[in-house]
Amino acid sequence: MLLEPGFLIVQTLNGLQLSMLLFLLSIGLSVVFGMMNFINLAHGTLYMVGAYLALSTVRWFDSFWVALALAPLGVALIGALFYAVLLRHMQRQSPMRQVLVTFGLIFVGFDAVRMVWGVLPHTIPVPETLAGRVYVLGEVYPAYRLFIIAIGLAVLAALYAGLERTRLGAVVRAGVDDRTMVAALGIDVERAFFLVFCLGCWLAGLAGVVSAPVFSIFPGMDMSILILTLIVVVVGGPGSLKGAVIGSLVIGMVDTYGQVVAPEFARVTIYALMAAVLLVRPHGLFPVRRTH
Amino acid sequence: MTGKRTMAAALAAGLLAGTAGAANAQSSIKVGVLLPFSGVFGGLGKDQAAALEMGFDDLGREVGGRTIELVKADTESKPAAGLAQVKKLILRDKVDVVVGIISSAVAGAVRDYVHGSKTPLIITNAGNDALTGEKCSPWIVRTSFSNSQINRDMGPWMAGEGYKKAFLMAFDYAAGHQMMDAFKAGFTGAGGVIAGEAYPPLGETKDFGPYLAKAKAADPDVVYVFFAGGPAIKFTKEWAAFGMKDEVQLAGAGWLNSALYVKKQGADAVGTLGALNYYPSIDTPENQAFQAKFREKHGRDASEFGVAAYDTVRLIVDALKATGGKTDDKAALVKAMHDVQFTGPRGPFRIDPQTNNVIQNIYVARIEEMGDSVGAVIKHTFPNVQDPPNGCTL
Repeated sequence: MLLEPGFLIVQTLNGLQLSMLLFLLSIGLSVVFGMMNFINLAHGTLYMVGAYLALSTVRWFDSFWVALALAPLGVALIGALFYAVLLRHMQRQSPMRQVLVTFGLIFVGFDAVRMVWGVLPHTIPVPETLAGRVYVLGEVYPAYRLFIIAIGLAVLAALYAGLERTRLGAVVRAGVDDRTMVAALGIDVERAFFLVFCLGCWLAGLAGVVSAPVFSIFPGMDMSILILTLIVVVVGGPGSLKGAVIGSLVIGMVDTYGQVVAPEFARVTIYALMAAVLLVRPHGLFPVRRTH
Repeated sequence: MTGKRTMAAALAAGLLAGTAGAANAQSSIKVGVLLPFSGVFGGLGKDQAAALEMGFDDLGREVGGRTIELVKADTESKPAAGLAQVKKLILRDKVDVVVGIISSAVAGAVRDYVHGSKTPLIITNAGNDALTGEKCSPWIVRTSFSNSQINRDMGPWMAGEGYKKAFLMAFDYAAGHQMMDAFKAGFTGAGGVIAGEAYPPLGETKDFGPYLAKAKAADPDVVYVFFAGGPAIKFTKEWAAFGMKDEVQLAGAGWLNSALYVKKQGADAVGTLGALNYYPSIDTPENQAFQAKFREKHGRDASEFGVAAYDTVRLIVDALKATGGKTDDKAALVKAMHDVQFTGPRGPFRIDPQTNNVIQNIYVARIEEMGDSVGAVIKHTFPNVQDPPNGCTL
């Protein structure tokens, strides 16, 4: 089975698609952690809220594309609000407090979603222009899943350009490297951090919207993806774009192949991989080199 | 302070109401309705509760001069909550009989308590084989189905239709394995081969894509599955999106295209074969009358879940009529249930005194286009399917 080209092609595309979703989710989490040592466990909740906002937008406007434009913005707005009201004050607190508060937000989000949208699972239809199938190297593959891969690659290119070519990108890179020094230069790190945080929320919302037509939308959909995302950050090494990309690809592929090649170990493979990576490289595969 | 007083007043009122209920117990027959009104199975619980109400409306709420009173309790689809609620129904509400339970996990959790309390429990859905097999109880009767009852005859039938190589897929839990094992035994016994199997973890499967790729690589001529509810809708959609629909026959336990959502699945479901104890298109006067009444009330087709609840009402009312409305001798009540026989919406119905499981027809149906919608068309009937005792000695 493993050596059959058809199986390899379809399964690699499946793996790429999961990798790209994980990338959209992990990059925000990873950069925020790298810059401020701040861990936001409610990141998965933002992904779930993105999917639900997409559901409501599709119901009102009857268009996936409107949802794709609006729902991530809504999630970014919610993120900004939480930052202003709650998370800003948590930054200088101990990591344990950050973890507890953001972990609490997971439950708040879970119940809020249940109250607004109910407990039953929902789906939204695949947009008509992408509902067809395409042939990839002679194998049938749903066009919409290729679209997810394309979105991931586009975001990757944009982030790379943004980090390397813009002033904000330079501040972020410098901030991850040595935050105190950047602040000493008179740069408002706080503001840069806020913008990065909102961008991370926007990306989580985007991941929620694009995954909604493929996965079902239900309260609790955030938990399984959150754990995978955290593993990506740990394996890839926090704070770096490269780490998030490689981490997503490794975890996405191992999870996709693992669950059918060795189903007995479906729940174990990625944890075993994480443990192995941590043994060899305790700071992840591509950690940011710290100067302080 | 006022808050405390209000609280005390509410408590007192509650206590009074409680004693009033107890005083009433001699005059009315109490039926505990143990269903999930929230949680993953909330939708199914509400569907069955509606059909129970309709059943009592149709068949009467009075037997032998005693009115039948329903006491509802929410299992929240959780075993622990289900056990707490069944204790509440039996100890505090002092119900004469309990009906309901969607999930086999909840049924497993309440089984020992119900068995010990000697209160008749009529299961209206949960299909775990053990409940009417090695863990059967003289107090637990099932009106829905057992997991293997639905799938057992499908194996030889599919082999007879010319399918030789099957790939099996279901979630990795008791029901998934029981359904697949029942199909597998029949299919291989009739000369079929199992090309491969996949059991994704229950509740964690984000994506069927990887499993569909595996099924395709095994090159079967039929993929036999058990999925229900949200995952069934998702699976059918992905099956079509990956182009499997044009290459391989899809078949399975009929919940894959339940009447509850087959119209939502639409064209993606067309061509699928299913085995189930009820389809809305069963062509008998009993079923047509029932469906007409249900549609008038709810504006949609009644599902297999509704029918199981509706037939349960008939079983209870007929048994109560036989005992003259008496409920103090619970053994006599269950015995009366064994003697009840009728033809309901799903066909001939009776309880097997050897296992307490229902004996019923199992139908094979194909999803086909019907006007501008889709629905199940019955292709074959296995009459009066009865489970072997499976270690049950009643």
